[in-house]
Amino acid sequence: MHDLVQYITSYLGSDQTPGAAGNIFWAVVYVLLVFVGLSIAVICMNWLERKILAHMQVRLGPMRVGPHGLLQPIADALKLLLKEDIIPEGADKVVFWIAPFIVVLAAFTVFVVVPFGPTHAITDMNIGVLFMLGVSSLAVLGIVTAGWASNSHYPLIGALRSSAQMVSYEVAMGLAVVSAIMMTSLSEQGGTLSMIGIVKAQQEQGIWFLFKFFPLGIIAFGIFAIAMVAETNRAPFDLPEAESELTAGFHTEYSGFRWSLFFLAEYSAMIAVSSIAVTLWIGGWLRPFPNLLSGATWDLAFSLVPGLTFLFLAGMCFYNTVRMPKHPLFRIQTIGLAGFGLVLALIGLVLFIPAVRVRVNDIFWFSAKVAGFMYLYIWYRGTFPRYRFDQLMKVGWKVLLPIGFSLLIVTAVVGMRTELWAQMQEVLHR
Amino acid sequence: MTDPKTISPLDLDTPDQTFLDANELVINMGPQHPATHGVLRVILRLDGEKVLGLECVIGYLHRGVEKIAENRTYTMFNPYVDRMDYVAAVSNGLGYCEAVEKLLSVEAPPRAQYIRVILTELNRIASHQLWLGTHALDIGAITPLFYTFRDREEILKIFEKYCGARLTTHAFRIGGLQYEAYDGFEKDVKNFVSFVKPKIDEYEELLTTNRIWLERTKGVGVISGKDCIALGVTGPVLRASGVKWDLRKAQPYANYKNFDFEIPTGENGDTYDRYLVRMVEMRQSLRIIEQAVEGIPEGPIMAKVPKVMKPPVGEIYHSIEAPKGELGYFIVSDGSTQPYRIRVRPPSFVNLQALDVMCRGQLVADVIAVIGTLDIVLGEVDR
Repeated sequence: MHDLVQYITSYLGSDQTPGAAGNIFWAVVYVLLVFVGLSIAVICMNWLERKILAHMQVRLGPMRVGPHGLLQPIADALKLLLKEDIIPEGADKVVFWIAPFIVVLAAFTVFVVVPFGPTHAITDMNIGVLFMLGVSSLAVLGIVTAGWASNSHYPLIGALRSSAQMVSYEVAMGLAVVSAIMMTSLSEQGGTLSMIGIVKAQQEQGIWFLFKFFPLGIIAFGIFAIAMVAETNRAPFDLPEAESELTAGFHTEYSGFRWSLFFLAEYSAMIAVSSIAVTLWIGGWLRPFPNLLSGATWDLAFSLVPGLTFLFLAGMCFYNTVRMPKHPLFRIQTIGLAGFGLVLALIGLVLFIPAVRVRVNDIFWFSAKVAGFMYLYIWYRGTFPRYRFDQLMKVGWKVLLPIGFSLLIVTAVVGMRTELWAQMQEVLHR
Repeated sequence: MTDPKTISPLDLDTPDQTFLDANELVINMGPQHPATHGVLRVILRLDGEKVLGLECVIGYLHRGVEKIAENRTYTMFNPYVDRMDYVAAVSNGLGYCEAVEKLLSVEAPPRAQYIRVILTELNRIASHQLWLGTHALDIGAITPLFYTFRDREEILKIFEKYCGARLTTHAFRIGGLQYEAYDGFEKDVKNFVSFVKPKIDEYEELLTTNRIWLERTKGVGVISGKDCIALGVTGPVLRASGVKWDLRKAQPYANYKNFDFEIPTGENGDTYDRYLVRMVEMRQSLRIIEQAVEGIPEGPIMAKVPKVMKPPVGEIYHSIEAPKGELGYFIVSDGSTQPYRIRVRPPSFVNLQALDVMCRGQLVADVIAVIGTLDIVLGEVDR
């Protein structure tokens, strides 16, 4: 018993991730935390997407289930779980059954290496980026099997589109990632593929890689930002599930719980690729200007932001509570909204406690940056028409790939310019 | 461009050939499909994603409107025509009323003519707005749909105030109008015109220069003016192929000759040109409405029409420019109170013929775009 307690407490205060420190207990705790956090994030994302999209389209979005439709995702989840489980007669049952799990597995496994803070990751691998790209591209396997196992025309076409799309955009994505990796090699610790190492390199060099070698970093980020939308099959690259062409693409024959697994996987994949982008280019868990505005005062000021954000959200809730119609029919909704606001305010106040503040700060900044990307996803969906298949391929192979390659060479030359210059001098002197 | 005369009917009975040669895929698009605008069924023969040929199967919405006409009096049949092209019910009513008036040799009084023109042009804008929203939705832009529906609502409100109905309006009567324009009709219409002008710019802002929109519509579903004429295609589709043919100018009916407006034409006959033509048409309709609402004369709204209509024995063909093309009514009278035969020439039905010509050699995604750009209403195709 004593040993166990000691095993558990021995990790506390470590400056390593639990996986890297080899502490299984805390690794499992982190896994559970990430899993629960991710599920909550997907639920929130569901509500937010519907609301934001609705407001862009002069609609209200969900309003009935709970105040301002806050309980809508829960109602949806219940509905999906209670739905009849249909497997088409002509389908290959085993493969049909396995396919959604492959997709979900790939989407969730990626989060093993996502660094929410210097120690807030399940583990730290020296091939972290490679691992993320590799595992997230496994999802295509699930999509292809889903389309094939359905034994139906539309899913088949959707699956074929999807595989071609994901495979071709992975190349451009990889090139953009390599150019960011090359930037890490300019640090004193040398180049690294570790997710935590990349963020630390940005801290050490005092610049987000987004702005490094302006405009090279931004171009690389742009390629990645386009490729990641294609990679996750979202608008304007949502051809595999183009509802106006293929009804629902590869998951046409899926319904109920199995369908919701695809939904879950899609949104967690979005969060996963966004976290890669945040880690590689936008400084991961680092707060804005960690070197420029350093010092205890600035640290304090920035560490108040999480609490203030939650207080702001609570304030929004209270404002809307006051604006609720004063009719007895709305009493429950009014109370519910006020209660929700209170919960948010409470979380906000808890976040002001110094001990909590220090630990949560990193996670907050990471999540806030990822949330920005999530908003972009929704914005794209509200704005753009859909690409056609051949045009999509054209953009991938004829535009992004050449830019990626030239970017790689230019970044290499710019990064090594002093060494190159020195060597040239040497050659000239000889 | 394929010559429509050389296109052979699709051999759909032959199944996929041998196993390794089975590149061709026969897909059933519809009748339950989100992008076939109702219950159109399209049988596609695909090589991968390339369309080798297609066949339309129609009739899922057949209600026998033409047959019903033979058992109704001329007045009783009037509301039925609204149910054909239900997004442009006013135009249908105008065509029918004018055809019967021609048969009876009466003419609606000027005041009725002006109000008819205003309502018909409003309906043209509503129809084009619905087309734009659904067409953009088919191509993947979901937002314009809600903007167009928001603005179309204002038109429907005017209809509702005028005659109590929003879609199947039954706005006109043979010989004129049943209802006098309500108080404030002119003001409502003027308000609408100034309201919707910036909104049309807003739609264009979202789409006209959008890179993806251009790629998805330029060079897609090209049809030449010659082919259009050979296939009997009319309306914006014909005009986008460079043929300046609009019945409002070519064979002026109602009192369109009193109004000053232009007929937009395209050059390439592709989906983008059809989009532009319809956008300009909306603006031109606003011009007509502005002129008409300024010049509504005073006077009666009904011509002298007998209570029991017995048109003289004979036949008549009258066609008008509906939002989707030439809408014609061919009426045969045997001198009784009921028409002997009514044949409707619906623009959607005839335009749908061109689908095969426009889609061969293109991709599946283009078929969706072309169905959208043809602007068909299945109620009118099947009748």
